[in-house]
Amino acid sequence: MKMITAMVRPSKVDAIKTALVALDIIGMTVTDSRGFGRQKGQVERYRGTEFTVEFLPKARIEIVVTDEKVDAAIAAITEAAHTGEIGDGKLFVTPVETVIRIRTGETGEVTL
Amino acid sequence: MTLSSTGRGRSAEATFDRFRSLALARLQDPQLRSAAFCLLALGAGIVPLLAGSAKAALAAAPTDGADTLLMLVGSAMVLLMTPGLAFFYGGFTRSKNVLNCMMMSFFLMGLIGVLWVVVGYSLAFDAGFGSPFIGGLGSMFLHGVGGELGDKALAPGFPISATSFALFQGMFAIITPALISGALVERISFKAWFWFCLIWSLLIYSPMAKMVWGGGFIGPFGSIGAIDFAGGTVVHIASGVAALVAAAIIGPRTTWPNSKRPPHNVPFILLGAGLLWFGWFGFNGASMFASKTAGFPFLTTTTSASAGLLTWCLIEWLKDGKPTAVGAATGAVAGLVGITPAAGFVYMEQSILIGILTAVACFVAVRIKAAIQFDDSLDTFMVHGVGGTVGALLTGILASKALVPGDYFPLSAKIMEESGNFGLFIAQLKATLVTYGFVALGTAIILWVLGALMPLRVSAEDEERGLDFVAHGEEAYDPMTN
Repeated sequence: MKMITAMVRPSKVDAIKTALVALDIIGMTVTDSRGFGRQKGQVERYRGTEFTVEFLPKARIEIVVTDEKVDAAIAAITEAAHTGEIGDGKLFVTPVETVIRIRTGETGEVTL
Repeated sequence: MTLSSTGRGRSAEATFDRFRSLALARLQDPQLRSAAFCLLALGAGIVPLLAGSAKAALAAAPTDGADTLLMLVGSAMVLLMTPGLAFFYGGFTRSKNVLNCMMMSFFLMGLIGVLWVVVGYSLAFDAGFGSPFIGGLGSMFLHGVGGELGDKALAPGFPISATSFALFQGMFAIITPALISGALVERISFKAWFWFCLIWSLLIYSPMAKMVWGGGFIGPFGSIGAIDFAGGTVVHIASGVAALVAAAIIGPRTTWPNSKRPPHNVPFILLGAGLLWFGWFGFNGASMFASKTAGFPFLTTTTSASAGLLTWCLIEWLKDGKPTAVGAATGAVAGLVGITPAAGFVYMEQSILIGILTAVACFVAVRIKAAIQFDDSLDTFMVHGVGGTVGALLTGILASKALVPGDYFPLSAKIMEESGNFGLFIAQLKATLVTYGFVALGTAIILWVLGALMPLRVSAEDEERGLDFVAHGEEAYDPMTN
């Protein structure tokens, strides 16, 4: 099992969810977050005072998938989140040791 | 009851029909009129007409229901401006300070609400001390105001109930110190704020109201003869100057200017500005004291706000490329501040001009403040002080004679008769300077004394923690509360 952590534009969350559900990946966690990378930030003006807002809003999506679905999931997220402009975000893929479903105590891939 | 010679006036219009015919009659024999004025001037030198002789021109009339209703509804509208201001200011702060910021306004609906009926009104509008600077103690708890049923008319020429007047004035007393809070947010101790507002209201606000509206030194029944329709000097210059002085004494936030934060909730700012605009119809419109003639102050008020909003946004659009929501809210408030002293004394063209000029002046002031990095945190002086000053001076230049009738504004009308709008401008300038001096000195003394008795600001650690928790034990937005 792998965890895919996707840092994406907040406006792309719906499209990503739709693409993942189409792959029968039906569990995910979405968190509002802020960050910067090459995009650097934006200049905002309030009553003429300029504020450089370095941390821009991003959505952090976490999903755990079986190994055979990892490539398809990455492709689906990448396609749905892509605009071609700086700020599209990144994916991180990490191994997952086990998963436990709290309600039943089941463990492993059956829980996904 | 006192107020017999309140200078607040558009009430002129209260019985406007009657006075208009009177005015027309006078216009028909101008020579006779100027001759009479010359005789008066010779006899009295430059001494103003005595309030007593002026009063004689105002007829006693029974309390008018419609006019009194205007005051009651207007009072409720002005009250709503204080929570509106809380939202307007609260949107600008950091999220950890928003409750404290809003409480600095909201709490005054409690503190000043009680203080006003106990003694504040009396100090402003009683005549017990016989002084042109402060009222008296005879109307404490509003004793004697409006008679047993509270339905007695305010004074000859003012057919509104005296109780509705006291209520209306109380709403002004609440919002004026609330305006000051904008300069002090995110660092002043709430205890110091409590005592500052209590003392400032009694020692600065009530005397200002007396001097301008209570037949005192500054107003049309006093020595200067300035006119202030709804509070350019009493409310806006006074709160703006107090804010400037207090911000200088209390000092900037520890985070200023190196780690500024943008407003935490811009929709709050728009909500607050909208509530202020709505309430301002009562603030200015009901200051006419007469429903039949309140149309013009209602119109000038909203027109000036519109012109201010438009001007501010257009400047931003041309200068920075985008009109901003915060700019729209600020421009509207600037326009409202500017028209306040003039609302019942001008027509549409003048109100548009006042809105434009006030917005430009406030825009420049805000930019200067940003450039010199002075921490008047939410621009109280830059909007209310500068806007109030511009409005007060423009009132002198733009006031229409027909709207400044001699019965209600004896000295002001006389000044206009003798030296036109320039003379009135000089009177307005004097009134502005007196207000600046009195309020600046008084505010500084109050803060120096208070500062000797208690810390005026919270510690740097508390400032960093956030005043919502430090001062009130609450948080506005806690993600763990569901």
